[in-house]
Amino acid sequence: MSEPSPQAIRAEALESLLIENGLLDAAAVDEVIEHYNERVGPMNGARVVARAWRDPHFKARLLADGTAALNEFEFDTTQTEKLVVVENTDAVHNLVVCTLCSCYPWAVLGLPPKWYKDPAYRSRVVREPRAVLAEFGVELPEQRQIRVWDSSAEVRYMVLPQAPVDAAECSEQELAGRVSRDAMIGVALS
Amino acid sequence: MTDELEGPLAPPMANGEVLFEAPWQGRVFGMARALCEAGLYTWDEFRAELIREIAHWDREPAGEYRYYDHFQRALERLLARKGMLADAQLERRAELLRARPHGHDH
Repeated sequence: MSEPSPQAIRAEALESLLIENGLLDAAAVDEVIEHYNERVGPMNGARVVARAWRDPHFKARLLADGTAALNEFEFDTTQTEKLVVVENTDAVHNLVVCTLCSCYPWAVLGLPPKWYKDPAYRSRVVREPRAVLAEFGVELPEQRQIRVWDSSAEVRYMVLPQAPVDAAECSEQELAGRVSRDAMIGVALS
Repeated sequence: MTDELEGPLAPPMANGEVLFEAPWQGRVFGMARALCEAGLYTWDEFRAELIREIAHWDREPAGEYRYYDHFQRALERLLARKGMLADAQLERRAELLRARPHGHDH
């Protein structure tokens, strides 16, 4: 059995002290982890996107007030900060970042991937979004404008990718299966 | 520069992704959220502490960037500032845990 890392030991020390001091319940920690492992994640966002692709009225509501539109689903939105959904079009491509830390639309995407939290992404996406997108394999026409949205404690952003041409012929469920997490951050097209 | 964006670029369709690289990262994240939900601080207070931690690294990068190290440090500082847990107490407990017979951990 390998030696636990210094960080693992420190985390264990922290948790044991907080429990002894009556500040923390270990079951509450388990509950948070389970919540993010099983109940929230990109599949929630994918369902939102799929519905917006199929239903123009829902899309209008979603773009007008993302937080309110989420109430039409049975997601656990108790921790939802204000959600703003930004739409990709032939003229504009949107990209989401949190330059200061790692704010992220948890309710619809779960926890952020590692690269989202890395200094390279946080700093470069604002300076050279086109180059960063190219590294993700996204080449946009030159005339397409790129808008970078910096998340904050108050506002979280999610991208509504462009609908596939056959959206009208597919079920919401089929469409949801085709929406990637990365597309909802803006570093992929679908 | 190109390899700075390494990591899982493959888009998962559901929650098939490993959220934490090590179990302790999940525990620390869980602790931070649970304490906030219990009303010991607001998430904004935690976020401000995290931003300070990360900004410090951004100014003077020391070693590899490891997000959850900063996350844990931010939590420790916030608890210390609120008088809930002294750093020295934490050090002592960590030392005790380190002195455990090897193989006790699981």
